[in-house]
Amino acid sequence: MWSYQKYLQYPAKVSKTDLEMAKLLYAQYAGPDSELGAAVRYLTQRYTMPTDEAKATLTDIGTEELAHWEIIATLIYKLVNGVSPKKLQQAGLGAHYAQHGRALYPHDAAGVPFTAAYLQSHEDPIANLQEDLAAEEKARATYENLIELSNDQGIIETLSFLREREVVHFQRFGETLNIVRDHLNK
Amino acid sequence: MTAEQLSLLKEIMAYRFSVLEFNLYLNTHPRDRGALEKYNKYVKELRDLCFEYQKKYGPLTATFPSEFPWEYYSTPWPWQINYD
Repeated sequence: MWSYQKYLQYPAKVSKTDLEMAKLLYAQYAGPDSELGAAVRYLTQRYTMPTDEAKATLTDIGTEELAHWEIIATLIYKLVNGVSPKKLQQAGLGAHYAQHGRALYPHDAAGVPFTAAYLQSHEDPIANLQEDLAAEEKARATYENLIELSNDQGIIETLSFLREREVVHFQRFGETLNIVRDHLNK
Repeated sequence: MTAEQLSLLKEIMAYRFSVLEFNLYLNTHPRDRGALEKYNKYVKELRDLCFEYQKKYGPLTATFPSEFPWEYYSTPWPWQINYD
């Protein structure tokens, strides 16, 4: 089971100079390669994994992704908090404001709602882990695009931490893939 | 899993559930002194039971000191336990 800890994994710093980032950060909130997608993917795939190493990796990285989902949400919340509807509209969030106000909603940067069709879960553990390696790379590339699009030093610092975590996860998934291959070849 | 280990685990599950129930109730009744006292009693019991279980059978979380080699990943997974 899960327990909630009332602190972020890494500080979410926002200097509020870059409202347009709120819309773009939705890519990582609930887009195809988002933290939400990663969490659901890993926490769904873990049950049929053949080794304890793979079960643990998917459980704990899946759990960390939920902590990242909270960091992205915090950045978006802080960016839009107290901002007038007109300014939100100018920053591309007019449609979001019409439907949700300043509340968060699981959609991507273009407003497309989250769907489980973004991910796969297969009984074949190699197929799962190859997808997971690709997912980490796509998330890393998305963070790099977001960093390039921002001029807010606080946001860039937080996104750089999250980008690093994708690199670490890729490494751990690679090791897990080797362990599972060895197990299947025994 | 031995009957003894399962019985301690089920006790932890029951205490964790009680703590959660008081948690949810206290979120909307923060000034209910009686409920708060029970919550504190169950939290302490839960902490002691978790400590006892993990000392005997290994970690339930990845935030508990481990013997060598790393124990956390190889203790039973919740979906593979026979709860009968």
